[in-house]
Amino acid sequence: MIDRSQIGSRSEVREFEVEKGAIRAFANAIGDDNPLYHDEAYARARGFASLVAPPTFPATFRMPKPPVLESLELRRTLHGEQEFTYTRPIVAGDILRCVNVLTDIYEREGKQGGKMVFFILETRGEDLEGNLVFTSKTTIIYR
Amino acid sequence: MKWHELRVGQELEPFVKPPIDKVQLVKYAGASGDFNLIHTDEETAKKSGLPGVIAHGMLSMGFLGQMLAQIAGDDGFVSRLQVRFTGMVFPGDVITCKAKVTAKDEDKRTVDFFVAAEKENGQPATVGSATIQFYK
Repeated sequence: MIDRSQIGSRSEVREFEVEKGAIRAFANAIGDDNPLYHDEAYARARGFASLVAPPTFPATFRMPKPPVLESLELRRTLHGEQEFTYTRPIVAGDILRCVNVLTDIYEREGKQGGKMVFFILETRGEDLEGNLVFTSKTTIIYR
Repeated sequence: MKWHELRVGQELEPFVKPPIDKVQLVKYAGASGDFNLIHTDEETAKKSGLPGVIAHGMLSMGFLGQMLAQIAGDDGFVSRLQVRFTGMVFPGDVITCKAKVTAKDEDKRTVDFFVAAEKENGQPATVGSATIQFYK
């Protein structure tokens, strides 16, 4: 489980094209009627190229997981923490090149005893010019 | 809200979401591509030792994103959102989102917040911090 040699393992690069319909469906699922996510004319009038994506939208970018995470039993796995950072909002029409890296694996004593293993997975999304747009950091807990 | 309206220590008006229902979980599964059946299928949830289906943690995080984007309005964007998932959320739960200003950086023109998504009993489901980058 604590195979620290897995630290640094990197996924293939995956490209995601951000579509208007995907933004609207995602905002609708959250119940978020912010016009920036639904009304393109409204977003354009505010200087955006098209619809803006909500701050948790990179959740829709399904990335391959490192092999060590694929091997975990799903029912013992928890999504412990999540962070997104942005250099700018994502907008419809963006093509984002994403790659993730398993940046850390460590063990901690659980509150009820027993070991918990923490996996830290970081994803970077760049535009086609190579400018960083967002980063995502996911903490997976295995009990 | 405007830059000058936010001051360190300020607690913002809580933002209350309608009760979560199972259709919302199905919609979120479809929109996000998270098809883990513990969120949509009672049988799978129970087999996993849960009392029933549970909401995606990312949905509560999405509610916090909704609140923060409303605070930013046309004057800025959510440049960071970080959370810890601390409790399970079930269909029928009413989530209240809270935010408190923790820092303001005049040079960078950023405002930092403590954020929390709480259940009716005040139990936090999702707790973290966020930054709004105001446009210069």
